[in-house]
Amino acid sequence: MSDTFYDVLRRQGISRRSFLKFCSLTTASLGLSPTVAPQIAHALETKPRTPVIWIEGLECTCCSESFIRSAHPLAKDAVLSLLSLDYHMTLAAAAGEQLHENALHTIEKYKGNYILAIEGNPPLNEDGMYCIYYGKPFVEAVKHYAKDAKAVIAWGSCASWGCVQAAKPNPTNAVPIDKVITDKPIIKVPGCPPIAEVMSAIVTYVLTFDRLPELDRQGRPKMFYSQRIHDKCYRRPHFDAGQFVEKWDDEGARAGLCLYKMGCKGPTTYNACSTTRWNEGVSFPIQSGHGCIGCSEDGFWDKGSFYDRLTTIPAFGIEANADKVGAVAAGVVGAAVVAHAAVTAIKKASEKGSGAKVEEK
Amino acid sequence: MSTTMEGRDLKFPVYVWEAPVRLWHWTMALAMLVLWGTGYFIGSPLPSVPGEASESYLMGYIRFAHFAAGYIFAVAFLLRVYWAIVGNRHAREIFLVPLYMLRPAWWRSFFRVVAHYLFIRPRNDWHQGHNQLAMAAMFGMYVLGAVFMIVTGFALYGEGTLAGSWANRYFTSWVLPLLGQSQAVHTWHHLCAWYLFWFTIVHLYFVIREDITSGLTVVSSMISGWRDIKN
Repeated sequence: MSDTFYDVLRRQGISRRSFLKFCSLTTASLGLSPTVAPQIAHALETKPRTPVIWIEGLECTCCSESFIRSAHPLAKDAVLSLLSLDYHMTLAAAAGEQLHENALHTIEKYKGNYILAIEGNPPLNEDGMYCIYYGKPFVEAVKHYAKDAKAVIAWGSCASWGCVQAAKPNPTNAVPIDKVITDKPIIKVPGCPPIAEVMSAIVTYVLTFDRLPELDRQGRPKMFYSQRIHDKCYRRPHFDAGQFVEKWDDEGARAGLCLYKMGCKGPTTYNACSTTRWNEGVSFPIQSGHGCIGCSEDGFWDKGSFYDRLTTIPAFGIEANADKVGAVAAGVVGAAVVAHAAVTAIKKASEKGSGAKVEEK
Repeated sequence: MSTTMEGRDLKFPVYVWEAPVRLWHWTMALAMLVLWGTGYFIGSPLPSVPGEASESYLMGYIRFAHFAAGYIFAVAFLLRVYWAIVGNRHAREIFLVPLYMLRPAWWRSFFRVVAHYLFIRPRNDWHQGHNQLAMAAMFGMYVLGAVFMIVTGFALYGEGTLAGSWANRYFTSWVLPLLGQSQAVHTWHHLCAWYLFWFTIVHLYFVIREDITSGLTVVSSMISGWRDIKN
Protein backbone atom coordinates (compact mmCIF):
# COMPACT_ATOMS: atom_id res chain seq x y z
CA MET A 1 0.00 0.00 0.00
CA SER A 2 2.60 2.57 0.98
CA ASP A 3 4.76 2.11 -2.08
CA THR A 4 6.71 5.19 -3.02
CA PHE A 5 6.90 6.41 -6.62
CA TYR A 6 10.49 5.30 -6.72
CA ASP A 7 9.63 1.75 -5.66
CA VAL A 8 7.09 1.54 -8.41
CA LEU A 9 9.48 2.94 -10.97
CA ARG A 10 12.21 0.49 -10.03
CA ARG A 11 9.75 -2.35 -10.25
CA GLN A 12 8.98 -1.19 -13.78
CA GLY A 13 12.63 -1.77 -14.61
CA ILE A 14 13.63 1.88 -14.67
CA SER A 15 17.25 2.49 -13.73
CA ARG A 16 18.23 4.94 -11.03
CA ARG A 17 20.19 6.88 -13.60
CA SER A 18 17.10 7.31 -15.78
CA PHE A 19 15.08 8.23 -12.73
CA LEU A 20 17.48 11.04 -11.81
CA LYS A 21 17.48 12.26 -15.40
CA PHE A 22 13.73 12.45 -15.24
CA CYS A 23 13.95 14.47 -12.03
CA SER A 24 16.31 17.01 -13.57
CA LEU A 25 14.25 17.36 -16.72
CA THR A 26 11.07 17.82 -14.73
CA THR A 27 12.80 20.48 -12.67
CA ALA A 28 13.83 22.27 -15.84
CA SER A 29 10.42 22.04 -17.45
CA LEU A 30 8.79 23.46 -14.33
CA GLY A 31 11.21 26.38 -14.48
CA LEU A 32 12.65 25.63 -11.05
CA SER A 33 16.16 26.09 -9.80
CA PRO A 34 18.52 23.15 -10.49
CA THR A 35 18.90 22.68 -6.75
CA VAL A 36 15.31 21.51 -6.63
CA ALA A 37 16.07 18.38 -8.65
CA PRO A 38 17.36 16.45 -5.61
CA GLN A 39 14.24 17.54 -3.71
CA ILE A 40 12.06 16.09 -6.41
CA ALA A 41 14.08 12.89 -6.35
CA HIS A 42 13.84 12.77 -2.57
CA ALA A 43 10.09 13.34 -2.63
CA LEU A 44 9.55 10.65 -5.21
CA GLU A 45 11.74 8.26 -3.20
CA THR A 46 10.14 8.79 0.18
CA LYS A 47 6.55 9.91 -0.24
CA PRO A 48 3.87 7.28 -0.45
CA ARG A 49 2.44 7.69 -3.90
CA THR A 50 -0.78 9.52 -4.31
CA PRO A 51 -3.23 7.66 -6.48
CA VAL A 52 -4.58 9.51 -9.45
CA ILE A 53 -7.99 8.52 -10.70
CA TRP A 54 -8.59 9.38 -14.30
CA ILE A 55 -12.17 9.31 -15.48
CA GLU A 56 -13.47 10.05 -18.96
CA GLY A 57 -16.82 11.57 -19.84
CA LEU A 58 -18.00 13.28 -23.02
CA GLU A 59 -14.68 13.44 -24.88
CA CYS A 60 -12.59 12.02 -27.71
CA THR A 61 -9.64 10.59 -25.73
CA CYS A 62 -7.22 12.99 -27.43
CA CYS A 63 -6.02 14.05 -23.96
CA SER A 64 -5.05 10.47 -23.14
CA GLU A 65 -3.51 10.10 -26.58
CA SER A 66 -1.45 13.21 -26.01
CA PHE A 67 -0.51 12.24 -22.49
CA ILE A 68 1.01 8.89 -23.43
CA ARG A 69 3.27 10.74 -25.88
CA SER A 70 4.96 12.77 -23.19
CA ALA A 71 8.45 13.01 -24.62
CA HIS A 72 10.64 13.64 -21.64
CA PRO A 73 12.93 10.70 -21.22
CA LEU A 74 10.97 8.25 -19.19
CA ALA A 75 7.96 10.42 -18.76
CA LYS A 76 5.56 8.02 -20.33
CA ASP A 77 6.79 5.13 -18.23
CA ALA A 78 7.28 7.19 -15.15
CA VAL A 79 4.03 9.05 -15.19
CA LEU A 80 2.03 6.04 -16.19
CA SER A 81 3.57 4.29 -13.24
CA LEU A 82 2.82 7.21 -10.99
CA LEU A 83 -0.79 6.98 -11.97
CA SER A 84 -2.68 4.00 -10.74
CA LEU A 85 -3.37 2.41 -14.05
CA ASP A 86 -6.39 0.51 -12.81
CA TYR A 87 -8.30 3.75 -12.96
CA HIS A 88 -7.75 4.85 -16.48
CA MET A 89 -10.32 3.10 -18.60
CA THR A 90 -8.50 3.40 -21.89
CA LEU A 91 -5.06 2.44 -20.61
CA ALA A 92 -5.96 -0.13 -17.97
CA ALA A 93 -5.47 -3.81 -18.66
CA ALA A 94 -8.61 -4.71 -16.74
CA ALA A 95 -12.04 -3.72 -17.94
CA GLY A 96 -15.68 -3.67 -17.02
CA GLU A 97 -16.99 -4.34 -13.51
CA GLN A 98 -13.62 -5.40 -12.18
CA LEU A 99 -12.05 -2.07 -13.12
CA HIS A 100 -14.95 -0.16 -11.67
CA GLU A 101 -14.68 -2.10 -8.39
CA ASN A 102 -11.02 -1.20 -8.18
CA ALA A 103 -11.73 2.48 -8.69
CA LEU A 104 -14.38 2.53 -6.00
CA HIS A 105 -12.11 0.60 -3.70
CA THR A 106 -9.32 3.14 -4.18
CA ILE A 107 -11.38 6.23 -3.47
CA GLU A 108 -12.58 4.48 -0.30
CA LYS A 109 -9.08 3.55 0.79
CA TYR A 110 -7.43 6.88 -0.04
CA LYS A 111 -10.29 9.04 1.08
CA GLY A 112 -9.33 12.72 0.87
CA ASN A 113 -5.93 11.80 -0.45
CA TYR A 114 -6.25 11.08 -4.15
CA ILE A 115 -6.18 13.30 -7.19
CA LEU A 116 -9.10 13.17 -9.55
CA ALA A 117 -8.29 13.82 -13.20
CA ILE A 118 -11.27 14.35 -15.46
CA GLU A 119 -11.06 14.10 -19.21
CA GLY A 120 -14.18 15.31 -20.99
CA ASN A 121 -17.22 16.78 -19.38
CA PRO A 122 -20.70 15.88 -18.18
CA PRO A 123 -23.81 16.74 -20.22
CA LEU A 124 -26.69 17.83 -18.01
CA ASN A 125 -29.75 17.70 -20.30
CA GLU A 126 -32.19 14.79 -19.85
CA ASP A 127 -30.73 14.22 -16.39
CA GLY A 128 -27.31 13.57 -17.89
CA MET A 129 -28.44 10.65 -20.06
CA TYR A 130 -26.23 11.69 -22.96
CA CYS A 131 -23.19 10.23 -21.29
CA ILE A 132 -23.50 7.02 -19.32
CA TYR A 133 -20.75 5.76 -17.05
CA TYR A 134 -21.16 2.25 -15.67
CA GLY A 135 -24.91 2.47 -16.14
CA LYS A 136 -25.32 5.88 -14.55
CA PRO A 137 -25.12 9.43 -15.85
CA PHE A 138 -21.51 10.62 -15.99
CA VAL A 139 -22.37 13.70 -13.94
CA GLU A 140 -23.08 11.40 -10.98
CA ALA A 141 -19.71 9.72 -11.39
CA VAL A 142 -18.05 13.14 -11.42
CA LYS A 143 -19.71 14.11 -8.16
CA HIS A 144 -19.05 10.73 -6.57
CA TYR A 145 -15.35 10.66 -7.42
CA ALA A 146 -14.86 14.34 -6.60
CA LYS A 147 -16.43 14.12 -3.17
CA ASP A 148 -13.33 12.83 -1.39
CA ALA A 149 -10.65 14.00 -3.82
CA LYS A 150 -7.81 16.19 -2.63
CA ALA A 151 -7.77 18.16 -5.87
CA VAL A 152 -9.18 17.89 -9.35
CA ILE A 153 -7.39 18.21 -12.66
CA ALA A 154 -9.51 19.24 -15.64
CA TRP A 155 -7.81 17.72 -18.66
CA GLY A 156 -8.29 19.50 -21.94
CA SER A 157 -10.70 22.08 -23.24
CA CYS A 158 -13.70 19.78 -22.65
CA ALA A 159 -13.29 19.62 -18.89
CA SER A 160 -11.98 23.19 -18.69
CA TRP A 161 -14.38 25.11 -20.94
CA GLY A 162 -16.77 22.71 -22.66
CA CYS A 163 -15.09 22.48 -26.07
CA VAL A 164 -16.89 21.14 -29.14
CA GLN A 165 -19.76 19.41 -27.38
CA ALA A 166 -20.57 22.68 -25.61
CA ALA A 167 -20.36 24.72 -28.83
CA LYS A 168 -23.56 26.48 -29.82
CA PRO A 169 -26.27 25.29 -29.62
CA ASN A 170 -24.93 22.74 -27.13
CA PRO A 171 -27.83 20.27 -27.46
CA THR A 172 -26.74 18.07 -24.56
CA ASN A 173 -25.96 21.02 -22.28
CA ALA A 174 -22.41 19.82 -21.76
CA VAL A 175 -20.74 21.93 -19.06
CA PRO A 176 -17.15 22.31 -17.87
CA ILE A 177 -16.51 20.41 -14.68
CA ASP A 178 -16.22 23.51 -12.51
CA LYS A 179 -19.97 23.94 -13.00
CA VAL A 180 -20.49 20.59 -11.26
CA ILE A 181 -17.59 20.48 -8.80
CA THR A 182 -17.69 23.66 -6.79
CA ASP A 183 -15.99 22.75 -3.52
CA LYS A 184 -12.59 21.46 -4.69
CA PRO A 185 -9.54 23.17 -6.11
CA ILE A 186 -9.52 22.60 -9.86
CA ILE A 187 -6.50 22.89 -12.13
CA LYS A 188 -7.58 23.61 -15.67
CA VAL A 189 -5.26 22.27 -18.33
CA PRO A 190 -6.97 23.39 -21.54
CA GLY A 191 -5.99 22.44 -25.05
CA CYS A 192 -7.44 20.08 -27.58
CA PRO A 193 -5.47 18.15 -26.54
CA PRO A 194 -3.14 19.77 -23.98
CA ILE A 195 0.58 19.41 -24.64
CA ALA A 196 1.90 16.09 -23.38
CA GLU A 197 4.79 17.63 -21.45
CA VAL A 198 2.48 20.15 -19.85
CA MET A 199 0.23 17.35 -18.66
CA SER A 200 3.00 15.23 -17.24
CA ALA A 201 4.69 18.26 -15.68
CA ILE A 202 1.51 19.28 -13.89
CA VAL A 203 0.86 15.80 -12.55
CA THR A 204 4.45 15.58 -11.40
CA TYR A 205 4.27 18.99 -9.77
CA VAL A 206 1.13 18.19 -7.84
CA LEU A 207 2.37 14.77 -6.72
CA THR A 208 5.84 15.99 -5.84
CA PHE A 209 5.12 19.18 -4.00
CA ASP A 210 1.78 18.09 -2.66
CA ARG A 211 0.23 21.38 -3.67
CA LEU A 212 -1.31 22.97 -6.73
CA PRO A 213 0.83 24.98 -9.10
CA GLU A 214 0.11 28.72 -9.08
CA LEU A 215 -3.07 29.31 -11.06
CA ASP A 216 -4.36 32.34 -12.92
CA ARG A 217 -7.88 33.73 -12.49
CA GLN A 218 -9.28 31.20 -14.90
CA GLY A 219 -7.69 28.33 -13.01
CA ARG A 220 -4.87 27.57 -15.44
CA PRO A 221 -1.31 26.95 -14.23
CA LYS A 222 0.56 30.20 -14.79
CA MET A 223 3.76 28.40 -15.68
CA PHE A 224 2.27 27.16 -18.97
CA TYR A 225 -0.63 29.48 -19.73
CA SER A 226 0.54 32.99 -18.96
CA GLN A 227 1.84 33.79 -22.44
CA ARG A 228 0.26 33.78 -25.84
CA ILE A 229 1.47 31.61 -28.70
CA HIS A 230 2.14 34.94 -30.48
CA ASP A 231 4.50 36.18 -27.74
CA LYS A 232 6.99 33.37 -28.31
CA CYS A 233 6.25 32.52 -31.92
CA TYR A 234 9.34 32.09 -34.07
CA ARG A 235 7.47 33.87 -36.90
CA ARG A 236 6.87 36.94 -34.73
CA PRO A 237 9.60 39.01 -36.47
CA HIS A 238 7.60 38.69 -39.70
CA PHE A 239 4.53 39.99 -37.88
CA ASP A 240 6.37 43.01 -36.56
CA ALA A 241 7.86 43.65 -39.99
CA GLY A 242 4.42 43.43 -41.61
CA GLN A 243 5.24 40.34 -43.66
CA PHE A 244 2.25 38.06 -44.05
CA VAL A 245 1.06 35.00 -45.88
CA GLU A 246 -1.67 36.51 -48.11
CA LYS A 247 -3.13 33.25 -49.34
CA TRP A 248 -2.36 29.56 -49.03
CA ASP A 249 0.53 28.36 -51.13
CA ASP A 250 1.74 31.83 -52.04
CA GLU A 251 5.38 32.86 -51.91
CA GLY A 252 4.94 34.06 -48.32
CA ALA A 253 3.53 30.72 -47.19
CA ARG A 254 6.55 28.95 -48.63
CA ALA A 255 8.89 31.48 -47.04
CA GLY A 256 7.25 30.91 -43.65
CA LEU A 257 5.87 34.42 -43.08
CA CYS A 258 3.37 35.34 -40.37
CA LEU A 259 -0.01 33.60 -40.64
CA TYR A 260 -1.94 36.47 -39.02
CA LYS A 261 -3.97 37.26 -42.14
CA MET A 262 -4.80 33.58 -42.56
CA GLY A 263 -6.68 33.71 -39.28
CA CYS A 264 -3.94 32.47 -36.96
CA LYS A 265 -5.26 32.69 -33.39
CA GLY A 266 -1.76 32.85 -31.90
CA PRO A 267 -2.29 36.48 -30.78
CA THR A 268 -5.33 35.49 -28.71
CA THR A 269 -4.33 32.06 -27.45
CA TYR A 270 -2.66 31.28 -24.14
CA ASN A 271 -0.66 28.10 -24.34
CA ALA A 272 2.92 26.84 -24.42
CA CYS A 273 3.00 25.38 -27.95
CA SER A 274 5.48 27.88 -29.35
CA THR A 275 7.97 27.12 -26.58
CA THR A 276 7.37 23.47 -25.67
CA ARG A 277 6.20 22.34 -29.11
CA TRP A 278 4.87 18.87 -29.81
CA ASN A 279 6.15 15.37 -30.40
CA GLU A 280 9.44 15.64 -28.60
CA GLY A 281 9.77 19.29 -29.54
CA VAL A 282 9.62 18.55 -33.26
CA SER A 283 7.06 21.12 -34.34
CA PHE A 284 3.77 22.87 -33.63
CA PRO A 285 0.93 24.01 -35.90
CA ILE A 286 2.45 27.34 -36.99
CA GLN A 287 5.79 25.71 -37.68
CA SER A 288 4.07 23.26 -39.98
CA GLY A 289 2.49 26.14 -41.90
CA HIS A 290 -1.01 26.34 -40.46
CA GLY A 291 -2.27 29.03 -38.14
CA CYS A 292 -3.09 28.34 -34.52
CA ILE A 293 -6.81 27.57 -34.11
CA GLY A 294 -6.87 28.68 -30.47
CA CYS A 295 -7.85 25.26 -29.12
CA SER A 296 -6.95 26.10 -25.53
CA GLU A 297 -9.23 29.15 -25.42
CA ASP A 298 -12.69 29.25 -23.92
CA GLY A 299 -15.37 28.73 -26.58
CA PHE A 300 -12.93 28.55 -29.48
CA TRP A 301 -15.50 26.76 -31.64
CA ASP A 302 -17.82 29.75 -31.44
CA LYS A 303 -15.29 32.41 -32.38
CA GLY A 304 -15.81 32.32 -36.12
CA SER A 305 -13.72 30.64 -38.80
CA PHE A 306 -10.26 29.31 -38.05
CA TYR A 307 -9.18 31.18 -41.19
CA ASP A 308 -10.47 34.69 -40.47
CA ARG A 309 -8.57 37.25 -38.48
CA LEU A 310 -11.73 39.11 -37.47
CA THR A 311 -14.40 37.12 -35.69
CA THR A 312 -17.66 36.55 -37.52
CA ILE A 313 -20.57 38.01 -35.58
CA PRO A 314 -23.43 35.55 -36.08
CA ALA A 315 -26.13 38.04 -35.06
CA PHE A 316 -25.43 40.02 -38.24
CA GLY A 317 -25.31 37.21 -40.78
CA ILE A 318 -22.80 34.67 -41.97
CA GLU A 319 -20.10 36.90 -43.40
CA ALA A 320 -20.27 39.87 -41.05
CA ASN A 321 -17.33 40.84 -38.88
CA ALA A 322 -16.81 43.94 -36.76
CA ASP A 323 -15.57 45.97 -39.73
CA LYS A 324 -18.47 45.06 -41.99
CA VAL A 325 -21.03 45.68 -39.27
CA GLY A 326 -19.33 48.95 -38.40
CA ALA A 327 -19.07 50.20 -42.00
CA VAL A 328 -22.69 49.33 -42.83
CA ALA A 329 -23.94 51.04 -39.68
CA ALA A 330 -21.72 54.04 -40.41
CA GLY A 331 -23.33 54.19 -43.86
CA VAL A 332 -26.81 54.09 -42.32
CA VAL A 333 -25.90 56.82 -39.83
CA GLY A 334 -24.37 58.89 -42.61
CA ALA A 335 -27.47 58.50 -44.78
CA ALA A 336 -29.70 59.47 -41.86
CA VAL A 337 -27.57 62.55 -41.26
CA VAL A 338 -27.80 63.56 -44.94
CA ALA A 339 -31.56 63.02 -44.95
CA HIS A 340 -31.98 65.03 -41.77
CA ALA A 341 -29.83 67.82 -43.18
CA ALA A 342 -31.91 67.83 -46.37
CA VAL A 343 -35.18 68.13 -44.45
CA THR A 344 -33.64 70.90 -42.34
CA ALA A 345 -32.63 72.79 -45.48
CA ILE A 346 -36.05 72.39 -47.08
CA LYS A 347 -37.79 73.57 -43.89
CA LYS A 348 -35.53 76.56 -43.71
CA ALA A 349 -36.07 77.44 -47.36
CA SER A 350 -39.85 77.12 -47.13
CA GLU A 351 -39.84 79.25 -43.99
CA LYS A 352 -37.98 81.99 -45.78
CA GLY A 353 -40.22 81.65 -48.82
CA SER A 354 -43.46 82.03 -46.85
CA GLY A 355 -41.94 84.86 -44.90
CA ALA A 356 -43.10 83.31 -41.67
CA LYS A 357 -40.74 84.80 -39.17
CA VAL A 358 -40.62 82.87 -35.96
CA GLU A 359 -37.44 84.57 -34.97
CA GLU A 360 -35.80 84.68 -31.64
CA LYS A 361 -34.45 87.49 -29.49
CA MET B 1 -47.66 71.61 -29.20
CA SER B 2 -45.66 74.43 -27.88
CA THR B 3 -43.80 76.63 -30.30
CA THR B 4 -42.35 78.81 -27.60
CA MET B 5 -38.62 78.87 -27.19
CA GLU B 6 -36.85 78.54 -23.91
CA GLY B 7 -33.49 79.93 -22.97
CA ARG B 8 -33.84 83.27 -24.72
CA ASP B 9 -33.39 85.00 -21.39
CA LEU B 10 -30.05 83.31 -20.70
CA LYS B 11 -26.95 85.41 -20.45
CA PHE B 12 -24.77 85.53 -23.58
CA PRO B 13 -21.90 85.67 -24.29
CA VAL B 14 -20.93 83.08 -21.74
CA TYR B 15 -17.63 81.31 -21.16
CA VAL B 16 -18.66 77.65 -21.45
CA TRP B 17 -15.65 75.55 -22.44
CA GLU B 18 -12.69 76.28 -20.23
CA ALA B 19 -9.17 75.78 -21.60
CA PRO B 20 -8.65 72.23 -20.24
CA VAL B 21 -11.94 71.15 -21.80
CA ARG B 22 -10.88 72.53 -25.17
CA LEU B 23 -7.46 70.98 -24.82
CA TRP B 24 -9.07 67.64 -24.03
CA HIS B 25 -11.48 67.93 -26.94
CA TRP B 26 -8.91 68.52 -29.64
CA THR B 27 -6.26 66.18 -28.21
CA MET B 28 -8.82 63.44 -28.05
CA ALA B 29 -10.08 64.16 -31.55
CA LEU B 30 -6.56 63.80 -32.94
CA ALA B 31 -5.90 60.70 -30.85
CA MET B 32 -9.11 59.14 -32.12
CA LEU B 33 -8.14 59.74 -35.74
CA VAL B 34 -4.82 57.98 -35.16
CA LEU B 35 -6.49 55.18 -33.20
CA TRP B 36 -9.07 54.47 -35.89
CA GLY B 37 -6.50 54.41 -38.66
CA THR B 38 -3.92 52.29 -36.89
CA GLY B 39 -6.58 50.11 -35.27
CA TYR B 40 -8.06 49.30 -38.65
CA PHE B 41 -4.66 48.25 -39.97
CA ILE B 42 -3.99 46.13 -36.91
CA GLY B 43 -7.17 44.18 -37.61
CA SER B 44 -6.65 44.10 -41.39
CA PRO B 45 -2.95 44.68 -42.05
CA LEU B 46 -1.55 46.40 -45.13
CA PRO B 47 -0.21 44.25 -47.99
CA SER B 48 2.82 42.20 -47.09
CA VAL B 49 6.15 44.03 -47.03
CA PRO B 50 8.83 42.45 -49.26
CA GLY B 51 12.44 41.89 -48.23
CA GLU B 52 14.09 40.71 -45.08
CA ALA B 53 12.18 40.94 -41.80
CA SER B 54 15.08 42.82 -40.24
CA GLU B 55 14.71 45.67 -42.75
CA SER B 56 11.14 46.50 -41.88
CA TYR B 57 9.11 47.23 -38.76
CA LEU B 58 5.78 48.29 -40.26
CA MET B 59 3.41 46.44 -37.92
CA GLY B 60 5.63 47.44 -35.03
CA TYR B 61 5.31 51.14 -35.88
CA ILE B 62 1.57 50.88 -36.48
CA ARG B 63 1.09 49.19 -33.14
CA PHE B 64 3.37 51.71 -31.46
CA ALA B 65 1.31 54.59 -32.86
CA HIS B 66 -1.87 52.86 -31.66
CA PHE B 67 -0.53 52.33 -28.16
CA ALA B 68 0.89 55.84 -27.90
CA ALA B 69 -2.35 57.42 -29.11
CA GLY B 70 -4.23 55.13 -26.73
CA TYR B 71 -2.20 56.40 -23.80
CA ILE B 72 -2.84 60.00 -24.88
CA PHE B 73 -6.55 59.28 -25.24
CA ALA B 74 -6.64 57.79 -21.74
CA VAL B 75 -4.66 60.61 -20.16
CA ALA B 76 -6.86 63.21 -21.90
CA PHE B 77 -9.90 61.40 -20.55
CA LEU B 78 -8.47 61.46 -17.02
CA LEU B 79 -7.81 65.18 -17.37
CA ARG B 80 -11.40 65.62 -18.48
CA VAL B 81 -12.72 63.69 -15.47
CA TYR B 82 -10.56 65.79 -13.19
CA TRP B 83 -11.84 68.96 -14.82
CA ALA B 84 -15.42 67.77 -14.41
CA ILE B 85 -14.75 67.89 -10.68
CA VAL B 86 -12.94 71.21 -10.46
CA GLY B 87 -14.19 73.01 -13.58
CA ASN B 88 -17.32 75.05 -14.25
CA ARG B 89 -20.78 73.51 -14.31
CA HIS B 90 -20.72 72.90 -18.06
CA ALA B 91 -17.70 70.65 -17.60
CA ARG B 92 -19.86 68.36 -15.48
CA GLU B 93 -22.83 68.00 -17.80
CA ILE B 94 -21.76 65.00 -19.80
CA PHE B 95 -20.89 62.99 -16.69
CA LEU B 96 -23.94 63.76 -14.57
CA VAL B 97 -26.59 62.69 -17.08
CA PRO B 98 -27.73 59.69 -14.99
CA LEU B 99 -28.41 62.07 -12.09
CA TYR B 100 -30.23 64.59 -14.29
CA MET B 101 -32.41 61.78 -15.55
CA LEU B 102 -33.98 61.54 -12.10
CA ARG B 103 -35.55 64.97 -12.61
CA PRO B 104 -38.83 65.28 -14.59
CA ALA B 105 -37.88 68.81 -15.70
CA TRP B 106 -34.81 67.42 -17.43
CA TRP B 107 -36.97 64.99 -19.41
CA ARG B 108 -39.35 67.77 -20.45
CA SER B 109 -36.46 69.72 -21.91
CA PHE B 110 -35.11 66.53 -23.44
CA PHE B 111 -38.33 65.90 -25.36
CA ARG B 112 -38.49 69.52 -26.48
CA VAL B 113 -35.12 69.03 -28.15
CA VAL B 114 -36.21 65.70 -29.64
CA ALA B 115 -39.36 67.39 -30.98
CA HIS B 116 -37.21 70.02 -32.62
CA TYR B 117 -35.03 67.44 -34.33
CA LEU B 118 -38.17 65.63 -35.51
CA PHE B 119 -39.23 68.94 -37.12
CA ILE B 120 -42.20 69.26 -34.79
CA ARG B 121 -40.88 72.40 -33.12
CA PRO B 122 -39.40 74.90 -35.58
CA ARG B 123 -36.83 76.49 -33.25
CA ASN B 124 -34.59 74.81 -30.74
CA ASP B 125 -34.31 75.99 -27.16
CA TRP B 126 -31.16 77.80 -26.22
CA HIS B 127 -28.72 76.35 -23.75
CA GLN B 128 -25.46 77.73 -22.52
CA GLY B 129 -23.79 74.30 -22.60
CA HIS B 130 -25.20 71.11 -24.12
CA ASN B 131 -28.87 70.60 -24.80
CA GLN B 132 -30.39 67.59 -23.04
CA LEU B 133 -30.26 65.27 -26.02
CA ALA B 134 -26.65 66.25 -26.66
CA MET B 135 -25.53 65.58 -23.12
CA ALA B 136 -27.36 62.24 -23.12
CA ALA B 137 -25.54 61.26 -26.32
CA MET B 138 -22.25 62.51 -24.89
CA PHE B 139 -22.74 60.33 -21.86
CA GLY B 140 -24.15 57.22 -23.54
CA MET B 141 -21.88 57.21 -26.55
CA TYR B 142 -18.75 59.16 -25.74
CA VAL B 143 -18.26 58.70 -21.97
CA LEU B 144 -19.33 55.06 -21.77
CA GLY B 145 -17.69 54.27 -25.10
CA ALA B 146 -14.42 55.89 -24.08
CA VAL B 147 -14.35 54.08 -20.74
CA PHE B 148 -15.01 50.80 -22.49
CA MET B 149 -12.27 51.49 -25.05
CA ILE B 150 -9.76 52.47 -22.37
CA VAL B 151 -10.50 49.40 -20.27
CA THR B 152 -10.51 46.89 -23.13
CA GLY B 153 -7.62 48.71 -24.80
CA PHE B 154 -5.36 48.41 -21.80
CA ALA B 155 -6.50 44.81 -21.32
CA LEU B 156 -5.30 44.01 -24.85
CA TYR B 157 -2.15 46.07 -24.33
CA GLY B 158 -1.42 44.13 -21.14
CA GLU B 159 -1.48 40.87 -23.09
CA GLY B 160 1.65 41.96 -24.89
CA THR B 161 3.36 43.52 -21.89
CA LEU B 162 2.85 40.18 -20.11
CA ALA B 163 2.04 39.14 -16.57
CA GLY B 164 3.58 41.43 -13.99
CA SER B 165 3.08 44.62 -16.01
CA TRP B 166 0.62 47.14 -14.59
CA ALA B 167 -1.70 46.90 -17.60
CA ASN B 168 -1.83 43.14 -17.22
CA ARG B 169 -2.40 43.29 -13.49
CA TYR B 170 -5.09 45.98 -13.46
CA PHE B 171 -6.86 45.29 -16.76
CA THR B 172 -5.99 42.07 -18.58
CA SER B 173 -6.34 39.87 -15.52
CA TRP B 174 -10.04 40.63 -15.04
CA VAL B 175 -11.26 41.90 -18.42
CA LEU B 176 -10.36 38.71 -20.31
CA PRO B 177 -12.28 36.36 -18.01
CA LEU B 178 -15.16 38.85 -17.84
CA LEU B 179 -15.69 39.03 -21.59
CA GLY B 180 -14.81 35.38 -22.20
CA GLN B 181 -11.37 35.38 -23.75
CA SER B 182 -8.86 37.40 -25.72
CA GLN B 183 -10.49 37.03 -29.13
CA ALA B 184 -13.84 38.18 -27.71
CA VAL B 185 -12.18 41.24 -26.15
CA HIS B 186 -10.62 42.05 -29.54
CA THR B 187 -14.03 41.86 -31.22
CA TRP B 188 -15.72 44.05 -28.60
CA HIS B 189 -12.91 46.59 -28.76
CA HIS B 190 -13.30 46.68 -32.52
CA LEU B 191 -17.08 47.09 -32.41
CA CYS B 192 -16.82 49.88 -29.86
CA ALA B 193 -14.36 51.70 -32.11
CA TRP B 194 -17.12 51.74 -34.71
CA TYR B 195 -19.60 52.86 -32.07
CA LEU B 196 -17.42 55.92 -31.42
CA PHE B 197 -17.17 56.43 -35.17
CA TRP B 198 -20.99 56.51 -35.51
CA PHE B 199 -21.08 58.92 -32.60
CA THR B 200 -18.57 61.15 -34.33
CA ILE B 201 -20.62 61.33 -37.54
CA VAL B 202 -23.70 62.36 -35.55
CA HIS B 203 -21.67 64.74 -33.42
CA LEU B 204 -20.17 66.53 -36.43
CA TYR B 205 -23.55 66.80 -38.10
CA PHE B 206 -25.35 68.28 -35.12
CA VAL B 207 -22.54 70.65 -34.26
CA ILE B 208 -22.59 72.10 -37.76
CA ARG B 209 -26.39 72.07 -37.93
CA GLU B 210 -26.75 73.89 -34.63
CA ASP B 211 -24.10 76.36 -35.67
CA ILE B 212 -26.16 77.22 -38.76
CA THR B 213 -29.71 77.04 -37.40
CA SER B 214 -29.70 77.81 -33.69
CA GLY B 215 -28.50 81.39 -33.74
CA LEU B 216 -25.74 80.58 -31.26
CA THR B 217 -22.07 79.94 -31.89
CA VAL B 218 -21.22 76.26 -31.61
CA VAL B 219 -18.13 75.30 -33.63
CA SER B 220 -16.15 78.41 -32.69
CA SER B 221 -17.06 77.91 -29.00
CA MET B 222 -14.84 74.84 -28.84
CA ILE B 223 -11.97 77.01 -30.09
CA SER B 224 -12.50 80.25 -28.14
CA GLY B 225 -14.45 78.83 -25.22
CA TRP B 226 -17.15 81.51 -25.55
CA ARG B 227 -20.71 81.02 -26.69
CA ASP B 228 -22.47 84.05 -28.11
CA ILE B 229 -25.54 85.01 -30.08
CA LYS B 230 -24.85 85.18 -33.79
CA ASN B 231 -25.80 88.32 -35.63
